[in-house]
Amino acid sequence: MMNPSMDTNAQIVYQRPKSLTNAVTHYCPGCTHGVSQRLVAEVLDEMGLREKSIGVASVGCSVFAYNYFNVDFVEAAHGRAPAMATGIKRVFPDRTVFTYQGDGDLASIGMAEIMHAAARGENITVIFINNAIYGMTGGQMAPTTLPGMKTTSSPLGRDIEMTGMPIRMSELLAKLDGSSFVVRRSLHDATNIRKAKKAIRTAFEVQQQGLGFALVELLSTCPTNWGMTPNEALCFVEEKMIPYFAIGDYKVVDAVKALKV
Amino acid sequence: MAKELLKGNNAIGEAAIRAGVEAYFGYPITPQTELLEHMAARMPALKRTFVQAESEVAAINMVYGTACTGKRVMTTSSSPGVSLMMEGLSYIAGTEVPMVIVDVMRGGPGLGNIAPSQADYHQMVHGGGHGDYHPIVLAPASVQEAIDLTVLAFDLAEKYRTIAVVLADGSIGQMMEPAELPPMAELKKHLPHWAVTGEPGRARRLLTSIYLNPDDEEVTNMRLLNRWMSIRDNEVRYKEYFLEDAEFVVVGFGTAGRVALSAVRAARAEGIKAGLFRPITLSPFPENELKEIAAVAEAMLVVEMNAGQMLDDVKLAVEGALPVEFYGRLGGVVPFPDEILGEIRRIASGPIPDSNRHARQRWLERLALLREKA
Repeated sequence: MMNPSMDTNAQIVYQRPKSLTNAVTHYCPGCTHGVSQRLVAEVLDEMGLREKSIGVASVGCSVFAYNYFNVDFVEAAHGRAPAMATGIKRVFPDRTVFTYQGDGDLASIGMAEIMHAAARGENITVIFINNAIYGMTGGQMAPTTLPGMKTTSSPLGRDIEMTGMPIRMSELLAKLDGSSFVVRRSLHDATNIRKAKKAIRTAFEVQQQGLGFALVELLSTCPTNWGMTPNEALCFVEEKMIPYFAIGDYKVVDAVKALKV
Repeated sequence: MAKELLKGNNAIGEAAIRAGVEAYFGYPITPQTELLEHMAARMPALKRTFVQAESEVAAINMVYGTACTGKRVMTTSSSPGVSLMMEGLSYIAGTEVPMVIVDVMRGGPGLGNIAPSQADYHQMVHGGGHGDYHPIVLAPASVQEAIDLTVLAFDLAEKYRTIAVVLADGSIGQMMEPAELPPMAELKKHLPHWAVTGEPGRARRLLTSIYLNPDDEEVTNMRLLNRWMSIRDNEVRYKEYFLEDAEFVVVGFGTAGRVALSAVRAARAEGIKAGLFRPITLSPFPENELKEIAAVAEAMLVVEMNAGQMLDDVKLAVEGALPVEFYGRLGGVVPFPDEILGEIRRIASGPIPDSNRHARQRWLERLALLREKA
């Protein structure tokens, strides 16, 4: 094979974003955390925000997000990332502050903190990973677990008579007057990944322009705890998750619509 | 600055502002609410951060966020609210970032009441939340001292990258006294080398309390403990009253110590050689000083507005060198000087009967009798 450096026509078309470290991933094969973190890193690179950003990691599989992002980071208590981000953003309003939270973190233990951060119109960006399960602790039922879905804490399948229906966070947050940009995207194929990236870019532009609270919910996989192959997991997102968690724009205020992204 | 008539809660808030606090996060709870209200009015006027959080849980985590930026930050609450903050305090301790918290204690457990109490001694002095760490705990006995200790709390928190607690009670928060505020300090111009600030042109910074490898966590715990040893060596503070020739020494902190001082003065007027030792730092605890007093005094009386939480620390400090008696009121009841004077007389009148039984047990029986008579 020819050494590309010898070929004057060769161009680098794909490489690690500067906003990612070169740490070896701890995520399982087929997990989409790596995809979503790369998308965030690409957006930070493209917007020139790497050295102006402060990330807030959460608790769950995303606890080690700070290992992968090459930006200043803090590690929050379980569910409290939006409160911690508030404490940072309020004293450093010109920095880009974002949280990266899973569904157990954001939709269960951190329900109060995310709702009130949105209600205040806190000028932060939230990346919300919805994979319908607790990954880090080994596959327990989440507020987003689908009806009938088997987890280690719903071994017979989620019984909606006893546990209610899954919580649709984007729909809930969109109802609050304080939120400016709330959308749901999916990471199950290339087309949707590109759409997800555009939404993430918009969410960071919203913060840059001081337009308030922005959240991107990303439907994600957990092949290990779902007991599936990576491919089966991607199909599960498309066939089972999207019908309940519809992809869509749940809140885009006029000022955000006017943004050119 | 001239003395002004100040309410404790407002004075603490204004002292923090004068000390250069840049962000305040809190939640309303009696008997500290005036403090939050003071900050709500003053902080935005000074273009500093004030947020009324949705809960004490959120408030402490907002504090955690600002603390990670190295800027001066505080929260204030009262007992049930402070219980909700324990999770955040543990994370803050584990991340080694400085912050100040004021607990205006009230009667408990549970919802309790809004009267002055000292029943959070164990929670703050021997706790905080989970894990191995020691916050600095300062106990004011007057509005002036609440001001001075609030300012000191910021300095100590930053010096040692630790939590500094001002442990007041409802009476300190609610009372009005003449007191002098410090001049307005300039805001910090330089942030510490560890601060997460999103600054260009340097390696990225990370602040966390997670150390999955137990060896790393052990090293972290050793670092915390070494810092604590240094605090113990250098930051013990206390006040002594009439101790030069005292045979009977009352030990009390905060409001209980202040009430006890009246009783000690009355005892002196009766010719009883009584004195008062009032710890200002409950953590680090003035154990060496108490041990020295124990070597020359005849007996001690610990007075608290709880069931003898500091009593255990006093007994540990004096190592059985002398009898240690106890008197306390519970649930938000503040003792009168006469009650404490009666205890001083009892101890001074001769050998303590039935002294093989625990001081707490015997006090509980005396308290039951007192309540029957009332």
